Amino acid sequence: MTHQFPALIIVVPLLAALATPLVGWKNGRLCYYWAVFTMALVCFFAIGLLRSVILNGPISYHQGGWAPPWGIEYYVDYLNAFMLPIIAVISLIVIIYSKHSINRELGGRQMPTYTLILLMITGLMGIVVTGDLFNVFVFLEIASLSCYGLIASGQDGAPLATFRYIIMGTIGASCYLLGVGYLYIVTGSLNLADVSQLIPPLYHSRVVLSAGVLMLVGISLKMALFPLHTWLPNAYAYAPSSVSALIAPLFTKVAAYLMIRVMFTLFRPDFFTTIIPATTILSWLAVTAMMIGSFYAIAQDSLKKMLCYSVVAQIGYIALGIALANKAGLIGALLHILNEAFTKGCVFLVVGAIIYQTGDCTIDHFKNLFRRMPYTMGAFTIGVFSMIGIPPTCGFFSKLSLLMGCIVDHHWVFVAVLLISTILNVIYFFRVIKVASFEEPEADYGRKAPYDQVRMEEVPLSMRIPIMLMAAGILLTGIFSSTIAKTILIHIVPAGF
Amino acid sequence: MLELLLSKYNYWLYVILMMIGLYAMLAKRNLVKKLIGMNIFQTAVILFYVSIGVKTGDVTVPILPYGHHHGHEQAINVAHYLNPLPHVLMLTAIVVSIATAGVALAVLILIYRRYRTLEEDEILKINQEAGT
Repeated sequence: MTHQFPALIIVVPLLAALATPLVGWKNGRLCYYWAVFTMALVCFFAIGLLRSVILNGPISYHQGGWAPPWGIEYYVDYLNAFMLPIIAVISLIVIIYSKHSINRELGGRQMPTYTLILLMITGLMGIVVTGDLFNVFVFLEIASLSCYGLIASGQDGAPLATFRYIIMGTIGASCYLLGVGYLYIVTGSLNLADVSQLIPPLYHSRVVLSAGVLMLVGISLKMALFPLHTWLPNAYAYAPSSVSALIAPLFTKVAAYLMIRVMFTLFRPDFFTTIIPATTILSWLAVTAMMIGSFYAIAQDSLKKMLCYSVVAQIGYIALGIALANKAGLIGALLHILNEAFTKGCVFLVVGAIIYQTGDCTIDHFKNLFRRMPYTMGAFTIGVFSMIGIPPTCGFFSKLSLLMGCIVDHHWVFVAVLLISTILNVIYFFRVIKVASFEEPEADYGRKAPYDQVRMEEVPLSMRIPIMLMAAGILLTGIFSSTIAKTILIHIVPAGF
Repeated sequence: MLELLLSKYNYWLYVILMMIGLYAMLAKRNLVKKLIGMNIFQTAVILFYVSIGVKTGDVTVPILPYGHHHGHEQAINVAHYLNPLPHVLMLTAIVVSIATAGVALAVLILIYRRYRTLEEDEILKINQEAGT
């Protein structure tokens, strides 16, 4: 039965997105249940695919029955099978959470919102599952266009931030498309596996060199790697809270997946390490991103903006792991993708909950928040631990693996930067926890309540449970990280590492 | 040198167009001009793709029989037919670029409703005043 799953994982959310306006025709609230139902199905497909890949090896699906070099092939190996459940599970949890949050922030616009959310998930799934270079571009733009729409529905500054994102995103997609065109000129093929077999003799051709560079730059733009990150903080900060909780964990990570695909599957690893020194440049950009992102995060007053800069910094970790181009580094990058998906999902959901209850997310207004929202803030603390890298959260294991990757290749500067940026993480997150737990509220509350008389003002259960699930996910992926690395990630590492 | 320019003029053209688009996107302060720059940028890529499928001389399209002079047979040799694939790809890319332009225009309407202007400098000034 699983042999149709690669197609169904795209077709189901796509058709569901198109049917959403019909479902929500009379009553917009129905769209929520429709989206939850669809995503539950998609989760089932994604986990089924992962199980099937672990048991029987990679799956190749021929779209319309056309054999690969000519037809479009959907190819699921360990790398895609690892990404698909991440996307599916995170989006399911965020969509379950989104009910009250979207009602309040986008009341009356549930129907278009859920349509766009499902379309975006279709696009993200498509980027991951397809084995065709041009198809990747199409899905990339499906995901990006729906993302623009979702972000633009946010508050005051959202449209301007979206417009900048559109411009940068389009440059990125066009660069990628141009790179694909160059490869098509020299190979006459668009199938990823086919092209990767045809180009090794041409590695020193200038066309292939420029193709590699163009694709890498395009993907870095979509991934928001420093110095191409400028669009990200505003776009993610002004988006409605459920939307940022959906795109922050997923979008940049899918772009990171694409980078791994291009660097290690489409080209042989030695193309980017020796023929053009891309990995050296990338790793320096990555460590700069880690530092700059963390410094900007310290300077922010709003928790949401701070987390957006933290996304920039964390992308640096992933890019560093990819650019190290060794076994420990790549496993660290992949674990960090998993870790970031749950961690950023968790903390952005918490931000959404805080905005839902208090109306804003300025850090100085967080006084007594631990008493008022104990469950939410508890989950936030677990998220912070993971971001800093305290065991047993997943962040510890991914950072450890990245550190090992740096040490193996004697990159002592990167080791130092990893440790310093961890300290910066501690600084900016503990400021939040300090304000929320230890500072007394000001007297102008009128009723300067004694510390133990503060009322508990938790968010509704449908928001609290997803937050707890994300926090549980952080702990579980941490506890089982060595199992995940042994059963899945070890097969992703290309030969010759 | 001239030979190089003339024989590959399609590539030169697409590079020039692309740079015009990039310049408009980065240097212009008016948001509509930026959007137009973006469109030129995308069109340059489309032009590049379309031009790589072109062959001159005794060639045909794949669905027509090849060779009016020496009998009728199907064009099997790659040198005998125009490659239609890049054109088909570009149909999709054109749809993508139109959709992007549509979304961007809708966003511009939102910006205009909020700020009553589309000049980036003025918008930033309004934002600053609101901030202080």
